[in-house]
Amino acid sequence: MTPSSEPNQLVAHLFRHEAGRMASVLTCMLGFDRLQLAEDIVQDAMMQALYCWPFQGTPDNPRAWLYRVAKNKALDVVRRENLFRQISAELECDHRQNAIEAMVDQYFFEDDINDSQLRMLFACCDPSIAMESQVAMCLKILCGLSVKEIAGAFLTTPDTIEKRLYRAKEKIRSGGIRLEVPGGPQLPSRLNAVLKSLYLLFNEGYNSLHPDQLIRRDLCEEAMRLCLLLTQNPRTAMPAGQALLSLMCFQAARFDARTTETGAIVLLADQDRSRWNRDLIQKGHEYLNRSAEGDNLSEYHLEAGIAMLHCIAPSYDATDWPTILLYYDLLLQHQPSPVVALHRAVALANVEGPLNAILALSNLSGLETNQYYHAVLGDLYEQNRQPDRARQHYQRAHQLTPSPAEKELLTRKLHQCGVGN
Amino acid sequence: MEKFMLIFHSPYAQETAFVQQSPEEIQAEIQKWNQWIGGIAAQGKMLGTEALLPFGKVMSKGGQLITDGPYTEGKEIVGGYTVVCADTIDEAAELAKGCPIFDSEGLLEIRQIMKFD
Repeated sequence: MTPSSEPNQLVAHLFRHEAGRMASVLTCMLGFDRLQLAEDIVQDAMMQALYCWPFQGTPDNPRAWLYRVAKNKALDVVRRENLFRQISAELECDHRQNAIEAMVDQYFFEDDINDSQLRMLFACCDPSIAMESQVAMCLKILCGLSVKEIAGAFLTTPDTIEKRLYRAKEKIRSGGIRLEVPGGPQLPSRLNAVLKSLYLLFNEGYNSLHPDQLIRRDLCEEAMRLCLLLTQNPRTAMPAGQALLSLMCFQAARFDARTTETGAIVLLADQDRSRWNRDLIQKGHEYLNRSAEGDNLSEYHLEAGIAMLHCIAPSYDATDWPTILLYYDLLLQHQPSPVVALHRAVALANVEGPLNAILALSNLSGLETNQYYHAVLGDLYEQNRQPDRARQHYQRAHQLTPSPAEKELLTRKLHQCGVGN
Repeated sequence: MEKFMLIFHSPYAQETAFVQQSPEEIQAEIQKWNQWIGGIAAQGKMLGTEALLPFGKVMSKGGQLITDGPYTEGKEIVGGYTVVCADTIDEAAELAKGCPIFDSEGLLEIRQIMKFD
């Protein structure tokens, strides 16, 4: 046995992604109530790779190797159980052995792997599971993140995540959730729940206060991967899903330009637009075109439209603000929320001037302890040449945010409008 | 050229904690070992290597007593070995320097393999 002379480089995230796929496949095979067993088999297969690959060389097809090992471990379980049943029923078992293997192989065909993941996605996003648990389940089961990693991403403790997962798994054990892609009249509403969960997952990565860019980017990538899975399957490819994927592409295109190398925040107006990712913007347009069918205008269509207008604008001032304002008006009708109204106010200021935006915001309630509300008001008062008021709001925002990067930005703003003048 | 065996020791608790790693961490661990072993192999100095599973049997009293491993908390176990060729033990130690075992609590023992001629 000679170890390979070239250290084999594994594809980034190979193990994580395969863990998610294998857990889905095995759960479909073994039954939803034995999710934990499926997860254990996956972990075992990964450990076996750790013990073998460095010493015997990484196999030519690492993915196939992992699947073979996981499949064999699952086969052992099925055989053992079948044996018990056979003994009790005194059944002949020769030809049944082959049948089991054929059945297990069936689950590992490419199409079936994707199908298993989709079924798992719908099961994790079942309406009977709390939203925060849904997102945690997606990350744990479908994306192969450990409890520690999920806790890190959400800036919370592993205990909290464990509890969320436990509650979700209890629901599964109690038997109320089916591991399937719902059909017929149920599908649209269930699909909406899945999209909502993916939207939250993406936002957690895109907007969270987590200082580690890598973790946040990972969450965005995972959300996009799962959304892509939905849109690629003819059964679940709906215009709203295409729109959400389009929105994610437009947003992700600007990911890098939003911070400096030292982690300081760069606002949209000041971003170097040459750093925006052209390929992702192109993809965003493709999915947005595909989403333009049917007669259902979802909130994702509107948000994708807004993100698209930002992406094609040559500069902040040359942005098509009137159309953005129109989209925000529609969005507000669609989902009346103070957060949407806050964003709309920024567009309004760029169309009608800061005073009208300030008036619009003065009618809002429910955002008094939101740092962005005060940051936006600070900016609007600054534009309206009322530095005293601007300072008050910047200071309030500074008190409210836990993020060092945001505090730093607000300190810059405070200096800009002359502290003490 | 002489042969040397590099023996990896690590605390038992660590070997078992290893199993709890996330897929991403397992992949990173494989990558590190691939790098180190591949580096030695690229110089043509790798003769063989194996990893051991963290459980086994211990026989004593003339084979009369067989127990499930001698491992108690904090005890170190052998996790694997590598056989390399080198001119001197110092050169073997040089090869051992990048070993990923040093990223954890483990230690590495170098023993020259005896020649019977």
